[in-house]
Amino acid sequence: MNELAPLARASPVLATAPAAAIQPPPAPGFRLPFRLAWRQLRHEPARLAAALSGVVFATLLIFMQIGFKNALFDSAVLVQNSLQADLFLMHRNTEALWRSASFPRARLAQALALPEVERVTPLYVANVPWRNPETGLNRTLLLFGVDPTARLLGFHGLDDAAWHAITRPDTILFDERGKPEFGPIRSLLAQGSFFGELNRKRVEVVGSFGLGATFSSESNAIASETTFWRIASGRNPAQVDVGAIVLKPGANVATTKRALQALLPDDVMVFTRAELAQFERDYWAKVAPVGFIFGLGVAIGLVVGCVIVYQILFSDISRHLGEYATLKAMGYTNGYLARVVMSAAFILAVLGFIPGFMLSLGLYEIATAQIFIPLHMTIPRASFVFGLILVMCVVSGLIAIRKLRDADPADMFR
Amino acid sequence: MNAVEIRGLSHRYGAGPTALTVLHDLDLTIPAGEIVLLTGPSGSGKTTLLTLIGALRAVQTGSCRVLGIELSKADERTRVALRRRIGFIFQHHNLLSFLTARENVAMALELDPDLDEAERLTRAEAMLQAVGLADKVDAYPAVLSGGQRQRVAIARALVHEPGLILADEPTAALDSKTGHETMALLQHLAKERGRTVFIVTHDPRIHDIADRIVAMEDGQLVQPATH
Ligand SMILES: Nc1ncnc2c1ncn2[C@@H]1O[C@H](COP(=O)(O)OP(=O)(O)OP(=O)(O)O)[C@@H](O)[C@H]1O
Ligand SMILES: [Mg+2]
Repeated sequence: MNELAPLARASPVLATAPAAAIQPPPAPGFRLPFRLAWRQLRHEPARLAAALSGVVFATLLIFMQIGFKNALFDSAVLVQNSLQADLFLMHRNTEALWRSASFPRARLAQALALPEVERVTPLYVANVPWRNPETGLNRTLLLFGVDPTARLLGFHGLDDAAWHAITRPDTILFDERGKPEFGPIRSLLAQGSFFGELNRKRVEVVGSFGLGATFSSESNAIASETTFWRIASGRNPAQVDVGAIVLKPGANVATTKRALQALLPDDVMVFTRAELAQFERDYWAKVAPVGFIFGLGVAIGLVVGCVIVYQILFSDISRHLGEYATLKAMGYTNGYLARVVMSAAFILAVLGFIPGFMLSLGLYEIATAQIFIPLHMTIPRASFVFGLILVMCVVSGLIAIRKLRDADPADMFR
Repeated sequence: MNAVEIRGLSHRYGAGPTALTVLHDLDLTIPAGEIVLLTGPSGSGKTTLLTLIGALRAVQTGSCRVLGIELSKADERTRVALRRRIGFIFQHHNLLSFLTARENVAMALELDPDLDEAERLTRAEAMLQAVGLADKVDAYPAVLSGGQRQRVAIARALVHEPGLILADEPTAALDSKTGHETMALLQHLAKERGRTVFIVTHDPRIHDIADRIVAMEDGQLVQPATH
């Protein structure tokens, strides 16, 4: 009668079940499979370390790729984010600021017809070569032409004195954070204004501002409209690149935008400042291959991590196939063993992410302090990367689980 | 009350012209509490019969009732549930290398949701004590001798009070003296607890532990040589 002992313990369930039925295996929780996975992993510290190094590598690579990508995209919209206006006009064919198609200045005059509009300011941009005063080598920078009294550009260091200085003809302000290939602008300016050659025209550098190299330009300069037209010869003063519109206090930006869209012909697009920045971001993310390259970097990190984690999980199952088959013979279900493998994947994700995160934090600080690329660790970013790492480990686990099918308990007997 | 009731059981491997029938219309009854040994030449189908009784293979033809459960047409869930009420002893110990002796034995109890950890460990330890390994509860399989490992395996096969214990060549990896000692221990524990045991073996030295010996030839049970 002894063989009935296990049944007797299960009698409450059995009482309601049909006579020939047997108590179905209860769904296993995650606690015991998790513990089994952990015991298996910690039993071989060297293998665990190898697996973790794969996850750490993937974490590090993804954090750096995302960090650099966002730093570049932030730099790409530095100009847009510093514009001191509420609405902006650009030609319908414009894809990005540095390669903008210009539109008739008359559109700005038309915009003035709306009662909500306080004033309008045209902005001109051109890519022109600057001759390095020390080496004599030419390098292209992005030149902004704008009315100095409009105070449209909000770059770092642009004070009243600087704006006032370029009201004189043939003077420019130079970006002191641009690439060093443009010359030692800061030290030259320390001794007062100096003369240089922009687009083979003599100009006087009378001040500086701080913007820095972006996606689209390695350095930048600002001139008044008249100086701009002289330097960028061939540019038609009646054709504008960006139209900046300042609204009267209290005017509704969204409704005014709709009114402008209705008022103006289809050759111009109307943006709020946030939309203008997003438009530029989208350009770099989609049109330029930069976003793709960084996405590729993230993908490579994920694939490499996936392969390493999969290899470890798969070979763990293969090497323990007999043990898994034994467990199946003892009545462990496929689902239970799958939970063991998924628990191992989860443990690898968490234990690998933590050191990967710490190392990335260190590298972010080094990048910010040593190479002036501001990389910021934020909670959303850390959670996002952890999510990627988790998905990576789960996918590896799901692929490795198929190997469990090979564990046939009947094979344990010959 | 019979632990195993087999009527007209046939089994074949493969399909079509290459199919190989290894069990032919077999009848076998094992009453509860009996220790039965199955012998026979290599390839006669002993292991096949054992895996069918152990619910490790689907029954094809005939009836096979184990612990009151009909295995013919039984689904995977039923078979898994039945396996939990059987204790398996393998030719090789098949212990989990990353678990201690006590943890290995406790694995047989982790499927029972009514037990808590303390109870599992107490029972595992008591069982290890019963197989004479009270001082090895925290040892990993790697540091145990072959005989000790097989005794841990016996403890694991017995600890959850199974209605039936199945063993296939349990002494094959042991020297004859250790093999006999181990089986004598199994016999003692099984008798003490009234367990049913079914052992497939080639080893004539362990015949003395059996209540009954069945022989098999070409997939059929034959009259055993008297012993
Ligand atoms: N999974 C399988 N697929 C196909 N044929 C098999 C399979 N398992 C066993 N056989 C065949 O079935 C026959 C019986 O095998 P079985 O393992 O049951 O014999 P056995 O009596 O246990 O032999 P031994 O004493 O050598 O272990 C053999 O001819 C074997 O080759
Ligand atoms: Mg065999």
